[in-house]
Amino acid sequence: MLPTLMSTELREKVRGFILESYMAGLDPASLKDDASLERSHIVDSARVLELILHIEETYGFEVTNDDATPENFDSVDAIVKYIASKQS
Amino acid sequence: MHVSIPTMLQEYLERNAVKHPEKVAVIFKDRRETWGGVHTLANRVAHLLRDLGVARGDRVVLYLDNNVEMCAAIWGILRSDAIFSPINAQTKVDKFVYMMNDCRARAVITDVALAPMYEQAFSQTPHLKHALVIGLEEEGRKVGGVELVPFEKATAAMKDTLPLSRNIPIDLASIIYTSGSTGDPKGTMLTHHAMVSATESITTYLENKADDIVVNLLPMSFDYGLYQWINCNQFGGTLLLEPSFSYPGPILKRIEAEKVTGLPVVPTIASILKQYEAKGLKLEGIQYVTNTAAALSGSHIATLQSICPNARIYSMYGLTECKRVSYLPPSEIDKRPDSVGRAMPNLEVYIANPATGERLPPNTPGELVVRSPQVMKGYWDKPEATAKRLKPSPDIPNEMHLWTGDTFKMDEDGYLYFVARTDDIIKSRGEKVSPKEVENTLYAIPGVVDAAVVGRADEILGQAVHAYLVLEDGVSMVSGQVQQTCAQKLEPFMVPKFVTFLTEMQKTTSNKISKTNLEDFAKIYYASGDKPWEPKRGK
Repeated sequence: MLPTLMSTELREKVRGFILESYMAGLDPASLKDDASLERSHIVDSARVLELILHIEETYGFEVTNDDATPENFDSVDAIVKYIASKQS
Repeated sequence: MHVSIPTMLQEYLERNAVKHPEKVAVIFKDRRETWGGVHTLANRVAHLLRDLGVARGDRVVLYLDNNVEMCAAIWGILRSDAIFSPINAQTKVDKFVYMMNDCRARAVITDVALAPMYEQAFSQTPHLKHALVIGLEEEGRKVGGVELVPFEKATAAMKDTLPLSRNIPIDLASIIYTSGSTGDPKGTMLTHHAMVSATESITTYLENKADDIVVNLLPMSFDYGLYQWINCNQFGGTLLLEPSFSYPGPILKRIEAEKVTGLPVVPTIASILKQYEAKGLKLEGIQYVTNTAAALSGSHIATLQSICPNARIYSMYGLTECKRVSYLPPSEIDKRPDSVGRAMPNLEVYIANPATGERLPPNTPGELVVRSPQVMKGYWDKPEATAKRLKPSPDIPNEMHLWTGDTFKMDEDGYLYFVARTDDIIKSRGEKVSPKEVENTLYAIPGVVDAAVVGRADEILGQAVHAYLVLEDGVSMVSGQVQQTCAQKLEPFMVPKFVTFLTEMQKTTSNKISKTNLEDFAKIYYASGDKPWEPKRGK
């Protein structure tokens, strides 16, 4: 499936938030879309909470307890897929 | 019927294996290990360690995230008459090497997921001979002078019978590292006697029962997390073990599904749970909640009471050097929410004047001093640091007491109220952060001239780590770079949340950095009309 214009925009917004909040001054290319954010020390447990709250506020939906999982939040790819699924 | 208390810590496991071998001891991800299963794996580990030449009194480090193997290996190490030392799996190479060499660890039990760390570390640890690696298939490989032994294969080849053991209650059971003001971690030495005393006292005041199911969200390299497992061994309950609390959603579901009765927290966890409170979270099966490591605010208490409406809430205080000191009986929490309670069973406390050593009257702030069989034997190989904590009693001849380094008040009824730390340790997420340790890392960054680290009040973290830096002329840097460098050297809870760049710092007459007014100094400086230094964004 070809990425739609919307999902490219979404990906850039998600990457932008992570780069600005947790990786300021670092080379954007070092943020790999499929890398585990936790294992690369980009986020830790306090930042995961911040990230979830940011997504709720920015994209206008509630992240349920069931949805707050590594499968949905531990990489740029996972986050983009999750947000897109909540918007469709 | 008279039931005797074990004298050696690992005896609890044996009792459970005899009494209810089929009962589930540990639940971890989709694995359910029974008491019989833990017992036999512990025996195999003990035989393997002896086979590899680990001798009585040798130190065996556990460098692991929480898992079932760690639960069994602790007992295996003790059954081989060795001493276990758990090191946080988030520890980076330099600090890991320091601790390994400090205790002269003879063997380490680790996981193949930590290979990026150990591949670098093992050429720097001359006393280490063997690494038992979980998840490793390859046999016979050496890194530095250390042979890597596949944990699963090697333990499966061992006998599963209880080995003979010679240790006695004054033998050391563990060395638990704790941060200090001076920057280097110190190994608290705990005997079997001390740890059994602590376990008996805690499970008594918590009123634990055999059908308790306790969830552990904290690293077992931290004594609060470690004792959730040890205590389960005492009362023969079940432990729901989690590797971390990063993704609370699925964990909260498991807590409900497994009918967890005991919930140990630190204030950071209570803050995270507050977000779920707003979504209507109710954990009605929880019968008790405990808190330690940092103070529970009124707001935290309200959150816990709301989420766990049927729970007794215990506000507690302790330190690694004696495991725990006090607990507030749950019936007092609404009357004395600011208190951390009274001395636990088999422990005495008093408030003393640090200058004269004399005991102080009620409601007078002073240093909290502890007397108990739970008190550490001292810091491993650090007699000077030990002498600062274990000092002669003011009035009991020939007895040494533990000076906690914390300022407290005690009221007429013996209830304790925390006032302040007497050292500069920061408590972030319930974990100790030594400013000196962070400063040492900052000074190692090229271009840093002055570094000062302080704690700053933070709603979720308790205290946030705040680094102030002065850079060399012509050097530019942004906070993200500083944080990433720190993340490579330090555990995540030590990485500064805030980084402020100054063009100079106030110094004392002896040219030491004055930390007392850093924030004010920064504000005054900027208010004076000079343009504040702007961090340049990287390319």
